[in-house]
Amino acid sequence: MLEVRDLHAAYGAILAVNGVTLDVRSGEIVTLIGANGAGKTTTLNCIAGLLKPKSGSVRFDGEDLARVPAHDIVRRGLVMAPEGRRVFPRMTVAENLEMGAFTRKDKDGIRADFERVYGLFPILLERAQQVAGTLSGGEQQMLAVGRAMMARPRLLLLDEPSLGLAPLIVKRIFEVIRTLNEAGTTILLVEQNARMALKTAHRGYVLETGQVTMVDDAARLLADARVQAAYLGE
Amino acid sequence: MFDTIAQQLIIGLTNGMVFALVALGYTMVYGILEFINFAHGDVFMLAAFLALTLVGALDVTQQTPPGTLAALLLGIVVACALFAGGLNYAIDRVVYRPLRRAPKLAPLVSAIGVSFILQNVGLFWGGSAMAVFGGGGQAAAPKAFPDILPQTNLAASLFGVETKLTLLPKDLLVMGASVVIMAALYGLVRHTKLGKAMRATAQDPNAARLMGIDVDKVVGATFLIGGALAGVAAVVYSLYINTIHYQMGYQNGLYAFTAAVVGGIGNIPGAVLGGLVLGLVRAFSDQFIGAQWQPAVLFGILIVILVFRPAGLLGSTAREKV
Repeated sequence: MLEVRDLHAAYGAILAVNGVTLDVRSGEIVTLIGANGAGKTTTLNCIAGLLKPKSGSVRFDGEDLARVPAHDIVRRGLVMAPEGRRVFPRMTVAENLEMGAFTRKDKDGIRADFERVYGLFPILLERAQQVAGTLSGGEQQMLAVGRAMMARPRLLLLDEPSLGLAPLIVKRIFEVIRTLNEAGTTILLVEQNARMALKTAHRGYVLETGQVTMVDDAARLLADARVQAAYLGE
Repeated sequence: MFDTIAQQLIIGLTNGMVFALVALGYTMVYGILEFINFAHGDVFMLAAFLALTLVGALDVTQQTPPGTLAALLLGIVVACALFAGGLNYAIDRVVYRPLRRAPKLAPLVSAIGVSFILQNVGLFWGGSAMAVFGGGGQAAAPKAFPDILPQTNLAASLFGVETKLTLLPKDLLVMGASVVIMAALYGLVRHTKLGKAMRATAQDPNAARLMGIDVDKVVGATFLIGGALAGVAAVVYSLYINTIHYQMGYQNGLYAFTAAVVGGIGNIPGAVLGGLVLGLVRAFSDQFIGAQWQPAVLFGILIVILVFRPAGLLGSTAREKV
Protein backbone atom coordinates (compact mmCIF):
# COMPACT_ATOMS: atom_id res chain seq x y z
CA MET A 1 0.00 0.00 0.00
CA LEU A 2 2.78 2.41 0.98
CA GLU A 3 6.31 2.05 -0.32
CA VAL A 4 9.03 4.40 0.84
CA ARG A 5 12.34 3.96 -0.97
CA ASP A 6 15.72 5.36 0.02
CA LEU A 7 14.21 8.57 1.38
CA HIS A 8 16.57 11.46 2.13
CA ALA A 9 15.23 14.64 3.67
CA ALA A 10 16.71 17.67 5.39
CA TYR A 11 15.67 20.77 7.29
CA GLY A 12 18.01 23.39 5.89
CA ALA A 13 21.50 21.95 6.07
CA ILE A 14 20.70 19.31 8.66
CA LEU A 15 20.08 15.92 7.13
CA ALA A 16 17.31 14.39 9.22
CA VAL A 17 16.46 11.32 7.16
CA ASN A 18 19.25 9.49 5.45
CA GLY A 19 18.01 6.65 3.28
CA VAL A 20 14.84 5.30 4.86
CA THR A 21 13.11 2.40 3.13
CA LEU A 22 9.87 1.03 4.53
CA ASP A 23 6.66 -0.68 3.49
CA VAL A 24 3.18 -0.70 4.91
CA ARG A 25 0.83 -3.38 3.64
CA SER A 26 -2.91 -3.07 3.57
CA GLY A 27 -4.49 -3.96 6.91
CA GLU A 28 -1.34 -3.64 8.99
CA ILE A 29 -0.37 -1.56 11.98
CA VAL A 30 3.27 -0.66 11.46
CA THR A 31 5.20 1.29 14.03
CA LEU A 32 8.26 3.44 13.64
CA ILE A 33 10.23 3.71 16.88
CA GLY A 34 13.42 5.50 17.72
CA ALA A 35 14.98 8.18 19.87
CA ASN A 36 14.25 11.89 19.57
CA GLY A 37 15.84 13.22 16.41
CA ALA A 38 16.05 9.83 14.75
CA GLY A 39 13.96 11.16 11.85
CA LYS A 40 10.56 9.63 12.63
CA THR A 41 8.49 12.79 12.27
CA THR A 42 10.51 13.91 9.24
CA THR A 43 9.71 10.61 7.54
CA LEU A 44 5.99 11.06 8.20
CA ASN A 45 6.06 14.67 7.02
CA CYS A 46 7.59 13.53 3.73
CA ILE A 47 4.92 10.86 3.31
CA ALA A 48 2.10 13.34 4.02
CA GLY A 49 3.59 15.85 1.59
CA LEU A 50 4.37 18.60 4.11
CA LEU A 51 8.08 18.26 3.42
CA LYS A 52 9.67 17.68 0.03
CA PRO A 53 12.28 14.92 0.20
CA LYS A 54 15.76 15.59 -1.17
CA SER A 55 15.73 12.24 -2.92
CA GLY A 56 14.02 8.90 -2.79
CA SER A 57 10.40 8.10 -3.46
CA VAL A 58 7.09 7.67 -1.71
CA ARG A 59 4.47 5.58 -3.49
CA PHE A 60 0.90 5.13 -2.32
CA ASP A 61 -1.20 2.49 -4.10
CA GLY A 62 1.57 2.41 -6.68
CA GLU A 63 1.36 6.15 -7.42
CA ASP A 64 4.43 8.31 -6.91
CA LEU A 65 3.50 11.17 -4.54
CA ALA A 66 6.47 13.40 -5.40
CA ARG A 67 4.36 15.86 -7.37
CA VAL A 68 1.15 15.55 -5.40
CA PRO A 69 0.56 18.50 -3.01
CA ALA A 70 -0.29 17.72 0.61
CA HIS A 71 -3.96 18.70 0.26
CA ASP A 72 -4.42 16.26 -2.63
CA ILE A 73 -2.72 13.41 -0.80
CA VAL A 74 -5.57 13.56 1.72
CA ARG A 75 -8.07 13.01 -1.09
CA ARG A 76 -6.30 9.76 -1.96
CA GLY A 77 -7.03 8.37 1.49
CA LEU A 78 -3.67 8.99 3.13
CA VAL A 79 -4.29 11.09 6.24
CA MET A 80 -1.99 12.24 9.02
CA ALA A 81 -2.73 13.23 12.61
CA PRO A 82 0.35 15.36 13.22
CA GLU A 83 2.65 15.53 16.20
CA GLY A 84 1.52 17.97 18.88
CA ARG A 85 -2.14 17.40 17.96
CA ARG A 86 -2.43 20.67 16.02
CA VAL A 87 -6.17 21.06 16.54
CA PHE A 88 -7.60 24.42 15.43
CA PRO A 89 -7.61 26.17 18.80
CA ARG A 90 -10.27 28.83 18.14
CA MET A 91 -12.70 26.50 16.39
CA THR A 92 -15.17 24.35 18.25
CA VAL A 93 -14.73 20.60 18.63
CA ALA A 94 -17.53 20.03 16.12
CA GLU A 95 -15.95 22.47 13.64
CA ASN A 96 -12.60 20.72 14.01
CA LEU A 97 -14.23 17.42 13.13
CA GLU A 98 -15.98 19.11 10.24
CA MET A 99 -12.60 20.30 8.93
CA GLY A 100 -11.45 16.69 9.01
CA ALA A 101 -14.17 15.89 6.48
CA PHE A 102 -13.24 18.91 4.34
CA THR A 103 -12.64 16.93 1.15
CA ARG A 104 -15.85 14.93 1.42
CA LYS A 105 -19.26 15.70 -0.01
CA ASP A 106 -21.29 12.69 1.17
CA LYS A 107 -23.44 14.35 3.84
CA ASP A 108 -24.88 11.08 5.17
CA GLY A 109 -21.47 9.47 5.40
CA ILE A 110 -20.10 12.49 7.25
CA ARG A 111 -23.00 12.38 9.71
CA ALA A 112 -22.36 8.68 10.29
CA ASP A 113 -18.68 9.38 10.93
CA PHE A 114 -19.57 12.10 13.45
CA GLU A 115 -21.55 9.43 15.31
CA ARG A 116 -18.65 7.02 15.05
CA VAL A 117 -16.11 9.50 16.47
CA TYR A 118 -18.49 10.55 19.25
CA GLY A 119 -19.08 6.87 19.96
CA LEU A 120 -15.37 6.20 20.37
CA PHE A 121 -14.72 9.41 22.32
CA PRO A 122 -17.93 10.38 24.19
CA ILE A 123 -16.11 13.30 25.84
CA LEU A 124 -15.92 15.00 22.42
CA LEU A 125 -19.70 14.94 22.15
CA GLU A 126 -19.96 16.53 25.59
CA ARG A 127 -17.55 19.25 24.51
CA ALA A 128 -18.82 19.57 20.92
CA GLN A 129 -19.53 23.32 21.18
CA GLN A 130 -16.42 24.18 23.18
CA VAL A 131 -13.43 25.75 21.40
CA ALA A 132 -10.64 23.22 21.03
CA GLY A 133 -7.99 25.44 22.64
CA THR A 134 -9.71 24.99 26.00
CA LEU A 135 -9.58 21.17 25.94
CA SER A 136 -7.09 19.20 28.02
CA GLY A 137 -4.13 17.61 26.26
CA GLY A 138 -5.78 14.20 26.25
CA GLU A 139 -9.03 15.56 24.87
CA GLN A 140 -7.10 17.42 22.16
CA GLN A 141 -5.38 14.18 21.18
CA MET A 142 -8.73 12.41 20.96
CA LEU A 143 -9.94 15.28 18.81
CA ALA A 144 -6.87 15.04 16.57
CA VAL A 145 -7.44 11.32 16.03
CA GLY A 146 -11.18 11.84 15.54
CA ARG A 147 -10.52 14.65 13.09
CA ALA A 148 -8.22 12.41 11.04
CA MET A 149 -10.91 9.68 11.10
CA MET A 150 -13.39 12.13 9.58
CA ALA A 151 -11.40 12.03 6.32
CA ARG A 152 -12.14 8.27 6.07
CA PRO A 153 -8.47 7.35 5.74
CA ARG A 154 -7.38 4.09 4.22
CA LEU A 155 -3.90 4.72 5.59
CA LEU A 156 -3.69 6.72 8.80
CA LEU A 157 -0.39 8.22 9.92
CA LEU A 158 -0.25 8.89 13.65
CA ASP A 159 2.64 10.95 14.97
CA GLU A 160 3.31 10.51 18.70
CA PRO A 161 -0.32 10.18 19.75
CA SER A 162 0.65 9.36 23.34
CA LEU A 163 3.08 12.24 23.88
CA GLY A 164 2.62 13.89 27.26
CA LEU A 165 -0.63 12.11 28.11
CA ALA A 166 -1.72 10.36 31.31
CA PRO A 167 -1.41 6.53 31.24
CA LEU A 168 -5.16 5.98 31.26
CA ILE A 169 -5.64 8.19 28.21
CA VAL A 170 -2.69 6.56 26.44
CA LYS A 171 -4.40 3.22 26.98
CA ARG A 172 -7.64 4.59 25.52
CA ILE A 173 -5.87 5.97 22.46
CA PHE A 174 -4.17 2.66 21.76
CA GLU A 175 -7.48 0.83 22.14
CA VAL A 176 -8.97 3.11 19.53
CA ILE A 177 -6.00 2.52 17.22
CA ARG A 178 -6.70 -1.22 17.44
CA THR A 179 -10.43 -0.68 16.88
CA LEU A 180 -9.78 1.45 13.80
CA ASN A 181 -7.41 -1.15 12.43
CA GLU A 182 -9.90 -3.93 12.98
CA ALA A 183 -12.45 -1.85 11.08
CA GLY A 184 -10.11 -1.83 8.10
CA THR A 185 -7.86 1.21 8.46
CA THR A 186 -4.17 0.62 7.84
CA ILE A 187 -1.99 2.47 10.34
CA LEU A 188 1.55 3.78 10.42
CA LEU A 189 2.33 4.78 13.98
CA VAL A 190 5.29 6.83 15.16
CA GLU A 191 5.89 6.54 18.89
CA GLN A 192 8.41 7.24 21.58
CA ASN A 193 6.40 4.94 23.84
CA ALA A 194 8.01 1.90 22.20
CA ARG A 195 6.48 -0.67 24.51
CA MET A 196 2.88 0.33 23.84
CA ALA A 197 3.60 0.77 20.15
CA LEU A 198 5.18 -2.67 19.73
CA LYS A 199 2.41 -4.31 21.73
CA THR A 200 -0.17 -2.78 19.39
CA ALA A 201 1.59 -3.09 16.03
CA HIS A 202 2.09 -6.05 13.73
CA ARG A 203 5.50 -4.96 12.54
CA GLY A 204 8.03 -2.40 13.58
CA TYR A 205 10.94 -0.39 12.21
CA VAL A 206 13.69 0.97 14.41
CA LEU A 207 15.09 4.28 13.24
CA GLU A 208 18.51 5.57 14.32
CA THR A 209 20.03 8.85 13.10
CA GLY A 210 17.92 8.88 9.99
CA GLN A 211 18.35 5.26 9.00
CA VAL A 212 16.42 2.05 9.52
CA THR A 213 18.53 -0.25 11.68
CA MET A 214 16.02 -3.04 12.40
CA VAL A 215 12.86 -4.37 10.79
CA ASP A 216 10.86 -7.22 12.23
CA ASP A 217 7.59 -8.49 13.62
CA ALA A 218 6.59 -6.30 16.53
CA ALA A 219 6.59 -9.26 18.94
CA ARG A 220 10.14 -10.18 18.04
CA LEU A 221 11.34 -6.58 18.38
CA LEU A 222 9.70 -6.47 21.78
CA ALA A 223 11.75 -9.53 22.79
CA ASP A 224 14.99 -8.29 21.21
CA ALA A 225 17.75 -7.52 23.71
CA ARG A 226 19.05 -4.46 21.85
CA VAL A 227 15.57 -2.96 21.53
CA GLN A 228 14.91 -3.67 25.18
CA ALA A 229 18.16 -1.98 26.20
CA ALA A 230 17.75 1.07 23.98
CA TYR A 231 13.99 1.73 23.94
CA LEU A 232 12.26 -0.25 26.62
CA GLY A 233 14.49 0.69 29.54
CA GLU A 234 15.29 -2.83 30.60
CA MET B 1 -24.28 70.52 23.41
CA PHE B 2 -26.33 67.39 22.73
CA ASP B 3 -26.45 68.31 19.06
CA THR B 4 -22.69 68.79 18.95
CA ILE B 5 -22.02 65.42 20.51
CA ALA B 6 -24.57 63.67 18.30
CA GLN B 7 -23.06 65.36 15.25
CA GLN B 8 -19.58 64.17 16.15
CA LEU B 9 -20.97 60.69 16.74
CA ILE B 10 -22.32 60.67 13.19
CA ILE B 11 -19.06 61.94 11.75
CA GLY B 12 -17.00 59.57 13.85
CA LEU B 13 -19.09 56.52 13.05
CA THR B 14 -19.20 57.15 9.30
CA ASN B 15 -15.44 57.79 9.11
CA GLY B 16 -14.84 54.84 11.36
CA MET B 17 -16.86 52.53 9.12
CA VAL B 18 -14.72 53.46 6.13
CA PHE B 19 -11.53 52.83 8.12
CA ALA B 20 -13.01 49.53 9.25
CA LEU B 21 -13.73 48.39 5.69
CA VAL B 22 -10.12 49.04 4.72
CA ALA B 23 -8.78 47.66 8.00
CA LEU B 24 -10.55 44.35 7.33
CA GLY B 25 -8.32 43.80 4.29
CA TYR B 26 -5.18 44.29 6.37
CA THR B 27 -6.36 42.12 9.20
CA MET B 28 -7.64 39.21 7.09
CA VAL B 29 -4.35 38.90 5.22
CA TYR B 30 -2.36 39.28 8.42
CA GLY B 31 -4.48 36.66 10.14
CA ILE B 32 -3.48 34.08 7.54
CA LEU B 33 0.03 35.06 6.44
CA GLU B 34 1.27 37.22 9.35
CA PHE B 35 2.14 39.69 6.67
CA ILE B 36 1.22 43.37 6.31
CA ASN B 37 0.09 44.08 2.78
CA PHE B 38 1.31 47.67 2.59
CA ALA B 39 -0.09 48.01 -0.92
CA HIS B 40 -3.65 47.48 0.35
CA GLY B 41 -4.28 51.21 0.86
CA ASP B 42 -3.16 51.92 -2.69
CA VAL B 43 -5.53 49.33 -4.09
CA PHE B 44 -8.21 51.33 -2.24
CA MET B 45 -6.91 54.52 -3.89
CA LEU B 46 -6.97 53.08 -7.42
CA ALA B 47 -10.53 51.84 -6.85
CA ALA B 48 -11.50 55.42 -5.98
CA PHE B 49 -9.93 56.56 -9.25
CA LEU B 50 -11.96 53.96 -11.08
CA ALA B 51 -15.09 55.17 -9.29
CA LEU B 52 -14.44 58.76 -10.39
CA THR B 53 -13.71 57.63 -13.93
CA LEU B 54 -16.97 55.68 -14.05
CA VAL B 55 -18.96 58.54 -12.54
CA GLY B 56 -17.60 60.78 -15.27
CA ALA B 57 -17.96 58.28 -18.10
CA LEU B 58 -21.52 57.33 -17.15
CA ASP B 59 -22.37 60.98 -16.54
CA VAL B 60 -23.79 60.39 -13.09
CA THR B 61 -24.88 63.66 -11.49
CA GLN B 62 -27.22 64.95 -8.85
CA GLN B 63 -29.78 65.41 -11.63
CA THR B 64 -29.83 61.70 -12.46
CA PRO B 65 -33.28 60.30 -11.52
CA PRO B 66 -33.20 58.37 -8.22
CA GLY B 67 -33.90 54.94 -9.75
CA THR B 68 -31.20 55.26 -12.38
CA LEU B 69 -28.85 56.77 -9.81
CA ALA B 70 -29.29 53.82 -7.47
CA ALA B 71 -28.74 51.32 -10.28
CA LEU B 72 -25.65 53.13 -11.58
CA LEU B 73 -24.26 53.50 -8.08
CA LEU B 74 -24.71 49.81 -7.41
CA GLY B 75 -23.00 49.05 -10.72
CA ILE B 76 -20.07 51.29 -9.80
CA VAL B 77 -19.74 49.65 -6.38
CA VAL B 78 -19.70 46.20 -7.96
CA ALA B 79 -17.22 47.27 -10.63
CA CYS B 80 -14.88 48.81 -8.05
CA ALA B 81 -15.15 45.77 -5.80
CA LEU B 82 -14.30 43.43 -8.67
CA PHE B 83 -11.48 45.68 -9.83
CA ALA B 84 -9.89 46.06 -6.39
CA GLY B 85 -10.43 42.41 -5.54
CA GLY B 86 -8.91 41.27 -8.80
CA LEU B 87 -5.99 43.68 -8.48
CA ASN B 88 -5.26 42.55 -4.92
CA TYR B 89 -5.48 38.90 -6.00
CA ALA B 90 -3.13 39.52 -8.92
CA ILE B 91 -0.59 41.30 -6.70
CA ASP B 92 -0.54 38.32 -4.36
CA ARG B 93 -0.27 35.85 -7.20
CA VAL B 94 2.54 37.66 -8.98
CA VAL B 95 4.51 39.29 -6.17
CA TYR B 96 3.83 37.72 -2.78
CA ARG B 97 3.21 34.08 -3.54
CA PRO B 98 6.69 33.41 -4.96
CA LEU B 99 8.05 34.87 -1.71
CA ARG B 100 5.90 32.74 0.62
CA ARG B 101 8.86 30.77 1.93
CA ALA B 102 11.30 33.67 1.81
CA PRO B 103 12.39 35.49 5.00
CA LYS B 104 9.59 37.75 6.25
CA LEU B 105 11.32 40.97 5.25
CA ALA B 106 11.28 40.02 1.55
CA PRO B 107 7.49 40.15 1.05
CA LEU B 108 7.30 43.18 3.35
CA VAL B 109 9.75 45.21 1.28
CA SER B 110 8.04 43.99 -1.89
CA ALA B 111 4.70 45.20 -0.54
CA ILE B 112 6.17 48.65 0.06
CA GLY B 113 7.50 48.53 -3.49
CA VAL B 114 4.09 47.60 -4.89
CA SER B 115 2.60 50.45 -2.89
CA PHE B 116 4.90 52.96 -4.64
CA ILE B 117 4.20 51.42 -8.03
CA LEU B 118 0.45 51.73 -7.48
CA GLN B 119 0.86 55.34 -6.37
CA ASN B 120 2.62 56.03 -9.66
CA VAL B 121 -0.20 54.33 -11.51
CA GLY B 122 -2.53 56.67 -9.60
CA LEU B 123 -0.44 59.67 -10.63
CA PHE B 124 -0.64 58.59 -14.25
CA TRP B 125 -4.35 57.86 -14.04
CA GLY B 126 -4.99 61.23 -12.40
CA GLY B 127 -2.97 63.01 -15.08
CA SER B 128 -3.74 63.05 -18.75
CA ALA B 129 -5.89 59.96 -18.42
CA MET B 130 -8.31 61.94 -16.31
CA ALA B 131 -7.88 65.33 -17.89
CA VAL B 132 -11.56 65.40 -18.81
CA PHE B 133 -12.72 65.41 -15.21
CA GLY B 134 -11.08 68.55 -13.99
CA GLY B 135 -7.80 68.74 -12.18
CA GLY B 136 -6.36 66.98 -15.20
CA GLY B 137 -2.96 67.95 -16.42
CA GLN B 138 -1.92 68.36 -12.83
CA ALA B 139 -1.58 64.72 -12.02
CA ALA B 140 -0.81 65.16 -8.34
CA ALA B 141 -3.68 67.56 -7.69
CA PRO B 142 -6.62 66.33 -5.65
CA LYS B 143 -9.61 65.48 -7.82
CA ALA B 144 -13.08 66.64 -6.93
CA PHE B 145 -15.51 63.77 -6.64
CA PRO B 146 -18.94 65.19 -7.51
CA ASP B 147 -21.75 65.17 -5.00
CA ILE B 148 -24.12 62.80 -6.71
CA LEU B 149 -26.36 62.08 -3.75
CA PRO B 150 -29.12 64.48 -2.71
CA GLN B 151 -28.06 67.03 -0.07
CA THR B 152 -31.33 66.96 1.89
CA ASN B 153 -30.90 67.05 5.62
CA LEU B 154 -32.80 64.05 6.95
CA ALA B 155 -32.26 64.76 10.64
CA ALA B 156 -35.44 66.74 11.29
CA SER B 157 -37.76 64.44 9.36
CA LEU B 158 -36.12 61.32 10.75
CA PHE B 159 -36.18 62.28 14.41
CA GLY B 160 -39.35 64.37 14.19
CA VAL B 161 -37.90 67.25 16.22
CA GLU B 162 -36.30 70.60 15.46
CA THR B 163 -32.54 70.05 15.55
CA LYS B 164 -29.35 71.60 14.30
CA LEU B 165 -28.08 68.13 13.50
CA THR B 166 -27.04 67.34 9.93
CA LEU B 167 -27.72 63.85 8.67
CA LEU B 168 -27.29 63.49 4.94
CA PRO B 169 -28.28 60.59 2.68
CA LYS B 170 -24.59 59.86 2.22
CA ASP B 171 -24.16 59.37 5.98
CA LEU B 172 -26.88 56.74 5.88
CA LEU B 173 -25.36 55.20 2.77
CA VAL B 174 -21.94 54.85 4.43
CA MET B 175 -23.39 53.27 7.54
CA GLY B 176 -25.89 51.08 5.73
CA ALA B 177 -23.43 49.77 3.16
CA SER B 178 -20.76 49.14 5.78
CA VAL B 179 -23.05 47.29 8.16
CA VAL B 180 -24.44 45.10 5.38
CA ILE B 181 -20.98 44.25 4.09
CA MET B 182 -19.55 43.52 7.52
CA ALA B 183 -22.49 41.29 8.35
CA ALA B 184 -22.03 39.45 5.06
CA LEU B 185 -18.33 39.00 5.75
CA TYR B 186 -19.05 37.74 9.25
CA GLY B 187 -21.55 35.21 7.89
CA LEU B 188 -19.09 34.09 5.25
CA VAL B 189 -16.24 33.56 7.69
CA ARG B 190 -18.42 31.88 10.32
CA HIS B 191 -20.63 29.62 8.29
CA THR B 192 -19.40 28.89 4.78
CA LYS B 193 -16.92 26.20 3.83
CA LEU B 194 -14.55 28.83 2.45
CA GLY B 195 -14.83 30.85 5.64
CA LYS B 196 -14.06 27.85 7.79
CA ALA B 197 -11.11 26.99 5.57
CA MET B 198 -9.89 30.58 6.03
CA ARG B 199 -10.14 30.33 9.80
CA ALA B 200 -8.44 26.93 9.86
CA THR B 201 -5.63 28.22 7.64
CA ALA B 202 -5.19 31.28 9.85
CA GLN B 203 -4.94 29.12 12.96
CA ASP B 204 -2.57 26.48 11.57
CA PRO B 205 -1.71 26.39 7.86
CA ASN B 206 0.05 23.03 7.96
CA ALA B 207 -2.77 21.37 9.85
CA ALA B 208 -5.14 22.92 7.29
CA ARG B 209 -3.15 21.26 4.49
CA LEU B 210 -3.53 17.94 6.27
CA MET B 211 -7.32 18.42 6.15
CA GLY B 212 -7.12 18.67 2.37
CA ILE B 213 -7.41 22.47 2.27
CA ASP B 214 -5.59 24.09 -0.65
CA VAL B 215 -3.90 26.87 1.29
CA ASP B 216 -2.84 28.79 -1.82
CA LYS B 217 -6.48 28.99 -2.91
CA VAL B 218 -7.57 30.15 0.52
CA VAL B 219 -4.92 32.86 0.54
CA GLY B 220 -5.98 33.94 -2.96
CA ALA B 221 -9.61 34.14 -1.85
CA THR B 222 -8.55 36.21 1.15
CA PHE B 223 -6.77 38.76 -1.03
CA LEU B 224 -9.76 38.81 -3.36
CA ILE B 225 -12.26 39.45 -0.58
CA GLY B 226 -10.03 41.96 1.23
CA GLY B 227 -9.50 43.84 -2.02
CA ALA B 228 -13.23 43.83 -2.80
CA LEU B 229 -13.93 45.36 0.62
CA ALA B 230 -11.39 48.10 -0.15
CA GLY B 231 -13.14 48.63 -3.49
CA VAL B 232 -16.49 49.20 -1.78
CA ALA B 233 -14.79 51.39 0.81
CA ALA B 234 -13.29 53.47 -2.00
CA VAL B 235 -16.69 54.31 -3.50
CA VAL B 236 -18.17 55.02 -0.10
CA TYR B 237 -15.20 57.18 0.89
CA SER B 238 -15.27 59.14 -2.37
CA LEU B 239 -18.98 59.87 -2.05
CA TYR B 240 -18.42 60.94 1.51
CA ILE B 241 -15.23 63.00 1.37
CA ASN B 242 -15.71 64.30 -2.22
CA THR B 243 -11.98 64.56 -2.85
CA ILE B 244 -9.60 61.89 -3.99
CA HIS B 245 -5.88 62.00 -4.70
CA TYR B 246 -3.10 59.59 -5.42
CA GLN B 247 -1.76 59.63 -1.86
CA MET B 248 -5.09 58.94 -0.19
CA GLY B 249 -4.27 55.24 -0.06
CA TYR B 250 -1.07 55.79 1.81
CA GLN B 251 -2.71 58.09 4.35
CA ASN B 252 -5.97 56.18 4.89
CA GLY B 253 -4.14 52.89 4.66
CA LEU B 254 -1.98 53.95 7.56
CA TYR B 255 -5.06 54.89 9.58
CA ALA B 256 -6.80 51.64 8.68
CA PHE B 257 -3.72 49.61 9.49
CA THR B 258 -3.54 51.38 12.84
CA ALA B 259 -7.22 50.57 13.38
CA ALA B 260 -6.50 46.91 12.67
CA VAL B 261 -3.64 46.86 15.19
CA VAL B 262 -5.65 48.68 17.85
CA GLY B 263 -8.53 46.23 17.41
CA GLY B 264 -6.14 43.29 17.52
CA ILE B 265 -4.50 42.42 14.21
CA GLY B 266 -5.83 39.24 12.64
CA ASN B 267 -9.15 39.64 14.45
CA ILE B 268 -12.09 40.53 12.18
CA PRO B 269 -14.46 42.09 14.77
CA GLY B 270 -11.34 43.81 16.14
CA ALA B 271 -10.75 45.61 12.85
CA VAL B 272 -14.31 46.96 12.91
CA LEU B 273 -14.00 48.05 16.53
CA GLY B 274 -10.59 49.61 15.87
CA GLY B 275 -11.98 51.52 12.89
CA LEU B 276 -14.86 52.89 14.93
CA VAL B 277 -12.59 53.89 17.84
CA LEU B 278 -10.29 55.65 15.43
CA GLY B 279 -13.16 57.47 13.70
CA LEU B 280 -14.77 58.56 16.96
CA VAL B 281 -11.52 59.72 18.59
CA ARG B 282 -10.74 61.73 15.48
CA ALA B 283 -14.16 63.37 15.38
CA PHE B 284 -14.22 64.32 19.06
CA SER B 285 -10.66 65.54 19.11
CA ASP B 286 -11.38 67.74 16.08
CA GLN B 287 -14.41 69.20 17.84
CA PHE B 288 -13.12 69.66 21.34
CA ILE B 289 -9.35 69.98 20.99
CA GLY B 290 -8.80 71.27 17.49
CA ALA B 291 -8.19 69.73 14.10
CA GLN B 292 -4.54 70.75 14.09
CA TRP B 293 -3.96 68.45 17.06
CA GLN B 294 -5.70 65.50 15.46
CA PRO B 295 -2.72 63.27 14.66
CA ALA B 296 -1.08 63.90 18.04
CA VAL B 297 -4.25 63.24 20.05
CA LEU B 298 -5.26 60.31 17.91
CA PHE B 299 -1.99 58.47 17.99
CA GLY B 300 -1.41 59.45 21.62
CA ILE B 301 -4.63 57.71 22.61
CA LEU B 302 -3.85 54.73 20.42
CA ILE B 303 -0.43 54.35 22.00
CA VAL B 304 -2.04 54.44 25.45
CA ILE B 305 -4.48 51.71 24.37
CA LEU B 306 -1.62 49.58 23.09
CA VAL B 307 0.44 50.12 26.25
CA PHE B 308 -2.39 48.64 28.30
CA ARG B 309 -3.50 46.09 25.72
CA PRO B 310 -0.47 45.32 23.56
CA ALA B 311 -2.33 42.71 21.51
CA GLY B 312 -5.10 45.21 20.74
CA LEU B 313 -8.61 45.60 22.12
CA LEU B 314 -9.85 42.17 21.00
CA GLY B 315 -6.51 40.48 20.43
CA SER B 316 -5.65 37.52 22.59
CA THR B 317 -2.77 38.36 24.92
CA ALA B 318 -1.49 34.80 25.23
CA ARG B 319 -1.00 32.36 22.41
CA GLU B 320 -2.83 29.07 22.72
CA LYS B 321 -0.69 26.27 23.98
CA VAL B 322 0.29 23.85 21.28
